[in-house]
Amino acid sequence: MDARAMKREGSEAPFASPESALLSLHGISKQYPGVVALSDVSLEFRQGEVHALIGENGAGKSTLIKTLSGAVDPTSGWIEMDGKKYHGLTPAQARELGIAVIYQEFTLIPELSAAENIFLGDFPLIGPILDRKSMWARAAELFARLGVQIDPKTPVQGLTTGYQQIVEIAKALSRDARVLVMDEPSAPLTTSEVEAMFDVVATLKEHGVTVIYISHRLEEIFRIADRVSVLRDGKYIRSLNVVDTNKSELIRLMVGRDLSETFPQRTTGPGEVTIQVRNLSGNGVRDISFEARRGEILGFAGLVGAGRTELMEMLFGVAPVASGEIHLHGRPLRPKDVVSAISSGLALVPEDRKRHGVILDLTVRDNISLPLLRRISTLGVVRRRRERAVADKYRDALRIKTPSLSQKLGNLSGGNQQKVVLAKWLAMDADTFIFDEPTRGIDVGAREEIYTIMNDLAAEGKTLIMISSDMEELLGMSDRMVVLCRGRLAGTLTKSEFSQERILTMASGAE
Amino acid sequence: MNLKLWAYAKEIGIVLVLVLLVVAFSVLTPHFLTVSNLFNIAKQVATLGIIAVGFTFVLITAGIDLSVGYQVSLSVVVCGFLMVNLHVAWLLAILLTLLLGTAVGLANGLIIAHTGVAPLIITLSMMMVLNGVSYLISEGLPIIGFPKDFSALSGGVGPGIPMPLIVMLVVWAVGVFILNYTVHGRYFYALGSNVEAARLSGVNVKMNIILVYALCGLFTSIGAVLMLARLNSAQSATGADLTFSVLTACVLGGVSVMGGKGTMFGAFIGVLIVGVLDNGLLLANVSAYIQLVMKGCILAAAVIYDTMSKASGDRVKRMKAIGAEN
Repeated sequence: MDARAMKREGSEAPFASPESALLSLHGISKQYPGVVALSDVSLEFRQGEVHALIGENGAGKSTLIKTLSGAVDPTSGWIEMDGKKYHGLTPAQARELGIAVIYQEFTLIPELSAAENIFLGDFPLIGPILDRKSMWARAAELFARLGVQIDPKTPVQGLTTGYQQIVEIAKALSRDARVLVMDEPSAPLTTSEVEAMFDVVATLKEHGVTVIYISHRLEEIFRIADRVSVLRDGKYIRSLNVVDTNKSELIRLMVGRDLSETFPQRTTGPGEVTIQVRNLSGNGVRDISFEARRGEILGFAGLVGAGRTELMEMLFGVAPVASGEIHLHGRPLRPKDVVSAISSGLALVPEDRKRHGVILDLTVRDNISLPLLRRISTLGVVRRRRERAVADKYRDALRIKTPSLSQKLGNLSGGNQQKVVLAKWLAMDADTFIFDEPTRGIDVGAREEIYTIMNDLAAEGKTLIMISSDMEELLGMSDRMVVLCRGRLAGTLTKSEFSQERILTMASGAE
Repeated sequence: MNLKLWAYAKEIGIVLVLVLLVVAFSVLTPHFLTVSNLFNIAKQVATLGIIAVGFTFVLITAGIDLSVGYQVSLSVVVCGFLMVNLHVAWLLAILLTLLLGTAVGLANGLIIAHTGVAPLIITLSMMMVLNGVSYLISEGLPIIGFPKDFSALSGGVGPGIPMPLIVMLVVWAVGVFILNYTVHGRYFYALGSNVEAARLSGVNVKMNIILVYALCGLFTSIGAVLMLARLNSAQSATGADLTFSVLTACVLGGVSVMGGKGTMFGAFIGVLIVGVLDNGLLLANVSAYIQLVMKGCILAAAVIYDTMSKASGDRVKRMKAIGAEN
């Protein structure tokens, strides 16, 4: 916090006259028992602007969105739109005002057509009968307005994720949305889909729709946003014109301190082979061989669907092995046996943390001790003092930010949840770690901490395997890299052979 | 401090409901708040309380066991048959009955764990099978004439404290111990909250599911033996309503049908509420048919409350956010 003696860069966005602000927040605060989610936030959104909202996880972005959508009642402050003041909106009021939110998870019904999804709850009727022709026509018109070609009759499940998102946007427009809040819209999309989404956002802007754009990816903000507002720890920090700022300034504002842009360096070299995989097939991958050594981070590159996660599922004993061998410390690993994989010292930090890594309803302590329970119990009775001591130790060692160990895990930020996943494996004294997208959904500050922990582990002589789709992370963290392509081994690269082009060509099967 | 109290809000709420009911019945009927009636309630409630222990375990793992009622039927009929028709010593008969109960639970658990079919369907099928088997053994006739020592199990100890009450408290203490102090208790919560994360943390999912249904079977047969001693007659229809009562009691007590949530204390208060209601409504001369209607409404209300509150709180909020309420 005290490191805020930063030099001022860029210009403060000029305070707009009340006429130009379409929607404004005045001193909005939201308190939950024990937590202040938003504290005295004042912000304004102008008509027809793309306004990016950034901040680390836990900065208050989602609470702010929920305040706008009517899902959250602010503790104090008011919202102003069309010259009227609201001390908190109901969902119905938000809809009437034309505020719509596109969430990360879509709210479409897969079996219904694009047009039916758009007009669900508001079908055009002739008497009691659904007027399908006019529904299709109106849907086609909306898609044309957005500059996309989607057949209104296609069931939504037959559309790509990018098109599904556009159906969501069309749905909002059909209800005369004037303010469209997009929560991490690029997260589920492929690169070309993101481009198409940017075009749609530009079209919306032309039509005078205000887009509030939330994203972790700063480069996107420079592509499409007019202004950007930064939140940190529930407080409003600053609004800036995008043209007047740069990436490092935004990061500094978000984090409140300087971050080293580079990946932390390691000095130790790799040691003996710990895990050896020979001709492994099954679960969608074929004939994979590689080995990983103590003290190294072995990166796994590949496109989505290359079979990296599927390969790790076999290593960790989740998925059955069709043929081939896995040796850990020279001993064969029993296939399809998670319990024995764990007791041999293997640890998995899974990609989908909320589903596979942690139990949101249990406490921080319960999550950390779960794999360890059998070891810290006598005749099946858990030695609670031991358990508390272990949880305490790793909370401090990994600097997990939580009010107490009996806090429900779901109340922690993504970065801290990830640290809990690490804590449980460190408590188990695991020595071979599989990281699957270790920093996905984790904000910049916590990300660096995760990297430091990973480096410390490598320095201690642990073996790390890391799947990542973040090219900078792969290049920056890995000592060697295995590239997979369509379930097969495309090649293994040493650090001196690393280059983004090389990896991409191998991953796409061109080499 | 405040936060801690808030965490127990649900428990405090149901205790208040219990207190209100006791006060209401005490005003409505003079026979309610007497030592003999309270002991009477304790006896009646003992079986329910004991079954609720295992049933709570099952609910916490996000399972359900609809066959507990007919497990009781089978247990009483078999226990009675052993003692009366086969002249087996009563202690041995009890032991065999408990083994049988555990075996039935084990069968439920094995099928559920290894096939992955919904517990609702498996235990519903089991319920029918057990019902049939108990009628095959009893041929539809009550079995009577148990040894005096056996019947004494439902009597009093010392100054008239009912034996079933003591057994229930012991079983309850065992339940609290298993759930809060053992590795398996922790695993039950983990399984019920997020089975995939539990599996990937090295929890042996199958083994713990089998264990939970086996424990439920064991506790259910203990309850059945006490019930048999109290009724002094073994009939195949004995347990028919029990599944309903035990489910109501657990859900009233805050044990979530969606798994992962609930305490032994809550379940115990739920059992007392069901027991007090049964007894109080009877004393207050409320028609049996009206009682049925009330019971149905109470279970529905309890499950609705459970669904609307915490467990799906996030989803409800989300639905609000997207304006799906109309």
